[in-house]
Amino acid sequence: MAQDPSAPAAVTEQQAIPLVRGVAFGEQEAPRVSQAATRLDVANLHAYYGARPALRDVSLTVWPNSVTAIIGPSGCGKSTFIRCLNRLHEVTPGARVEGRVLLDGDDIYGAGVDPVVVRQRVGMVFQRPNPFPTMSIFDNAVAGLKLAGIRNRELLREVAERSLRRAALWDEVKDKLHAAGGALSGGQQQRLCIARAIAVEPEVVLMDEPASSLDPMSTLKIEELMRELATSFTIVIVTHNMQQAARVSDYTAFLLAGEERVGELIEYGPTARIFTNPRDPRTEQYITGRFG
Amino acid sequence: MTAAPYEPGRVRALLARRRPGFGEPIFRIVVLLAALTVLATIIGLVVTMTVESRRGIAHNGWSFLWTSTWDQVRQVFGALPFVYGTVMTSVTALALAMLVGVGVALFLVELAPAWVARPVGFMVEMLAAIPSVVFGLWGIFILAPWLQQHVELPLHQRLGWLPFFSTYPTTAVGNFAAIVVLAIMVLPTVAAVSRDVIAAVPRSQREAALALGATRWEMMRLGVLPYARSGILGAGILGLARGVGETMAVTMVIGNSPTITLSLFKQGYTMASVIANEFTEATTALYRSTLIEIGLLLLVITLLINVGARLLVWRVTGGQPSGGALQ
Repeated sequence: MAQDPSAPAAVTEQQAIPLVRGVAFGEQEAPRVSQAATRLDVANLHAYYGARPALRDVSLTVWPNSVTAIIGPSGCGKSTFIRCLNRLHEVTPGARVEGRVLLDGDDIYGAGVDPVVVRQRVGMVFQRPNPFPTMSIFDNAVAGLKLAGIRNRELLREVAERSLRRAALWDEVKDKLHAAGGALSGGQQQRLCIARAIAVEPEVVLMDEPASSLDPMSTLKIEELMRELATSFTIVIVTHNMQQAARVSDYTAFLLAGEERVGELIEYGPTARIFTNPRDPRTEQYITGRFG
Repeated sequence: MTAAPYEPGRVRALLARRRPGFGEPIFRIVVLLAALTVLATIIGLVVTMTVESRRGIAHNGWSFLWTSTWDQVRQVFGALPFVYGTVMTSVTALALAMLVGVGVALFLVELAPAWVARPVGFMVEMLAAIPSVVFGLWGIFILAPWLQQHVELPLHQRLGWLPFFSTYPTTAVGNFAAIVVLAIMVLPTVAAVSRDVIAAVPRSQREAALALGATRWEMMRLGVLPYARSGILGAGILGLARGVGETMAVTMVIGNSPTITLSLFKQGYTMASVIANEFTEATTALYRSTLIEIGLLLLVITLLINVGARLLVWRVTGGQPSGGALQ
């Protein structure tokens, strides 16, 4: 019984966990960025690098205002999977995708859909912090707005402050907003990248092992941040750290590549259930650390 | 397969038998000599040229730098037209070459499929291998007359009110032809170095821009060019160094007339060209010494350009060697 959220059984499971958890978090200083929650439906997704398949037939639903973790051993296609959700996979030469990814019902791989628009709606934070090193902290935070031609200084300042506050970075950088983005520590750089991603008010934020190159303190900060961000965004995070998945996510998808090294979705469900009562023996083996 | 029985201390004993030998000191002396040779050459060059140009320096004085009479008969020498010609042609040519060269580099790295990028990249590099006399020959017989008819005349007719195009292009040779030929010669350096620098921009920078919703061009502007800017400036320095020193092709197409003019369609002269043209007729000691003085001046100007360019790179990158150091 794999891929249960796409099956009717998932609906009952999903009801077991309150969908919009953030509301219970109490008053947030920052305003809600996007009220309308967005869901992603992935249907029969296959991904290839040239002729080599990397992902086979993945179907799952990413629920709105939740954190969905993608776990699995190295080489199982976790990163490939989330890169298919903002059409970044196809940027790699020779890479291609089959299947459908519905962003609130609209197929992002549909005819005539501009990947640029998709990527505005689905933001991304990468494994290694990648601020623009020649730009100031301020310019990094609003890079997406400047890109879109927004020049209103008042608005830029407002958005920069709001995004940096939400990324829990404001207090550390407010006195040096015009210092180079590359001059920050690794953890700060990553939070700057998160600020940059949420400044454009995406509906979904993808995070590809966002804490894997960071120290434990920074990791903790990023994890807290993910929970906080889930109040306004739909978040998908790739992690090889199972404790992290257990700590931050509402739903967990377990991917595994078999003998021929093609990633497949083994199991998907609420995190609590996956970690306490996995249905597939391979999931159990993985979360108990017997392979991967 | 069974391993040989483990014999403790065997490897350690073998290593202990090692003797340092003579390799170390000999290697040190060889590389030190190599370094000293370069140093000695530069110092020797500057010293001997200074000594040889003493007579000229004494006779011409400081006004050599800002006067423009060049009269071998009356023995009155001023270097300004040559300095002007060298700086003006090479800087303008560099500007042209940078525009085209960075464009070529972006195309090769970011847009062209591999089967186009490879041969085109190879051809760009081949351009650098063509001897400059061939460029000169092609410039004087084919390119300059073509430019005169199809570029200079129309420019003069339409934009003649601009000082750069104000004179009627009576001859094919002149500043404009020199600038175009120089730009073509500098282009491969600029394009090839920029291409390598741009190709070295990490993928994470490109993806950072794309993930924000950047188009192809916006990705280059946001994620690629800023990261590569110090390297691209470096490409420009290399190009400028080649442009300033280029002799043969420029001598053949610039017209060799020591005039200071804004007009691109008049003839000019450069320091390198005047040396190449006149050293055979420099019969008097003073004349000869003056040409060597020009050579010395060219050396100093090249040095100043290099120092200035380095300062520029340093200022742009804020003291960091390159954007890459921040990753």
